[in-house]
Amino acid sequence: MAAAQVVRSEWTKIRSVASTVWTLGLAVVVTIALGMLISALSKSQFDDMSREDRFTFDPTFISFAGTSLGQLAMIVFGVLVVGNEYSSGMIRNSLAAVPRRGAFLAGKIMVATALALVVSMITSFAAFFLGQAMLGDLKASIGDPGVLRAVIGGGLYMTLIAMFSMGVAAMLRSPMLSLGILMPFFFLISNILGSVPATEKVGRFLPDQAGSRIMQVVTPLDDDVPYGPWGGLGIMALWVVAALVGGYAVLKRRDA
Amino acid sequence: MIELEGLTKRYGEKVAVNNLSFTVRPGIITGFLGPNGAGKSTTMRMVLGLDRPTSGDVRIDGKHYDQLKDPLTYIGALLEAKAWHGGRSAYNHLLCLAQSNGIPASRVREVLDTVGLTAVARKKTKGFSLGMGQRLGIAGALLGDPRMLMFDEPVNGLDPEGIHWIRNLMKTLAAQGRTVFVSSHLMSEMALTADHLVVIGQGRLLADTSMAEFIAENSRSYVRIRTPQREQLLDALQGAGIKVAEPGAEALEVDGDIAQAVGELAARHQIVLHELSPQRASLEEAFMQLTAESVEYHAHDGQPPGAAPGQQQPGQPPQQPWGSDWKRG
Repeated sequence: MAAAQVVRSEWTKIRSVASTVWTLGLAVVVTIALGMLISALSKSQFDDMSREDRFTFDPTFISFAGTSLGQLAMIVFGVLVVGNEYSSGMIRNSLAAVPRRGAFLAGKIMVATALALVVSMITSFAAFFLGQAMLGDLKASIGDPGVLRAVIGGGLYMTLIAMFSMGVAAMLRSPMLSLGILMPFFFLISNILGSVPATEKVGRFLPDQAGSRIMQVVTPLDDDVPYGPWGGLGIMALWVVAALVGGYAVLKRRDA
Repeated sequence: MIELEGLTKRYGEKVAVNNLSFTVRPGIITGFLGPNGAGKSTTMRMVLGLDRPTSGDVRIDGKHYDQLKDPLTYIGALLEAKAWHGGRSAYNHLLCLAQSNGIPASRVREVLDTVGLTAVARKKTKGFSLGMGQRLGIAGALLGDPRMLMFDEPVNGLDPEGIHWIRNLMKTLAAQGRTVFVSSHLMSEMALTADHLVVIGQGRLLADTSMAEFIAENSRSYVRIRTPQREQLLDALQGAGIKVAEPGAEALEVDGDIAQAVGELAARHQIVLHELSPQRASLEEAFMQLTAESVEYHAHDGQPPGAAPGQQQPGQPPQQPWGSDWKRG
């Protein structure tokens, strides 16, 4: 079958370059290690926290603190999977071999997403359990209400970040340009928009802010966010769909 | 068989390929000749469906490229050097192409062997020399054992041994009955390999003829003569009914392959000769003249049909004649 051929080919591509290993490896290590570090710090400073902070203390969410940095490696993974085709010129070989561009892009994104999903889920569960181990008697249990949802959601969040990056790279057709936009956006701009009161309400509809809601178990006290954990993930998924549709439209229309 | 019909590609105002129609037939090597920037690569990319034609049509055995199932088994192409990820090994590069077209992995080893890259098959391609890169590109073209092959400037940057290898490979492929379509900006290269010749300049068709015909029409042979007794020789030649092509020049030129006759004539008249040499105008010159002429013709004739308006605005310096670019390339 033609679709199976494309998937096999894309799997060969993705497993045969070093960037796959180091980007995903970095995502795993950074997310887990930073989560453990911040969990340990939170435990040691728990007694100095305000009453409200202690009341809304969310041990599950704390163990995912490394996601903010680990997601950057996921972005690099997603951008390189698609963008390298353009920067290397491989795209011309690829499209000569698979001229149906929709099938080509779908196969590539399917393979990269499946790999990202497996790695993200392992990362998410490892970050949770190792983070809880750092929290001692403050720890949450995987059986507590909402915790399993948050842990699975953490894996989905990382996967969606990678998919969003693939879509953006397909639209911009350049890894450097894509990284130059995505990195500052997720590392700085989204955070700034989210913490300035004037833009806070807009900021919460950005893909990372909406999506990360799924990792929260305890809702903050003065919470007025108009969506729940799955609603937030849904908003993020809409961003991903928009990026992928945009990427497909560009690939379909432009000369290779 | 590759058929182009009214193929046109515009980039904004610029016409890269202008109403090209010709057919590339099986069993022979068809040379695709034109100066740098004439639109050869663009045409080849349109054959593969990579670039979309503004108008017109290309068909591979009667089908559009994207209608081909497993296209690498129909037509293999060497497009440009290094169209692959440098971090991937040669074997894996070919393997991913093979898998996408349902070609077995054993074929990857076969083509690596054919092009002589077996020893470096597991090495990353970013360390490859230009020649190794060309060989890898050709291995990719051969991968699907296609009936049609298309090579864009395959001898570019190769050493003499590599050039020899590619020439022989193309001849072998054509002798097997395959369609071989090869581009070059060097007439001398085409003269050695091609059976049929398609010449383009500024994106438009200038010639579509057999190589033998092109040589017969365009290679003028003549004899160059130098003598201190110029006037006597001119008289003697006139007396023998031999026409002098360039009587004003320092060296005399007479048309035809008649050095022997001229020498004997001079001896009979006891005229001293300092030079008596048979010459042949190169095909390269013929090619340059062909591409240059096409533009002169249009320059006298106003704007070329189909050219975008505003291409020759008043006040702008006149466009350089065609062929002047070619010498630099």
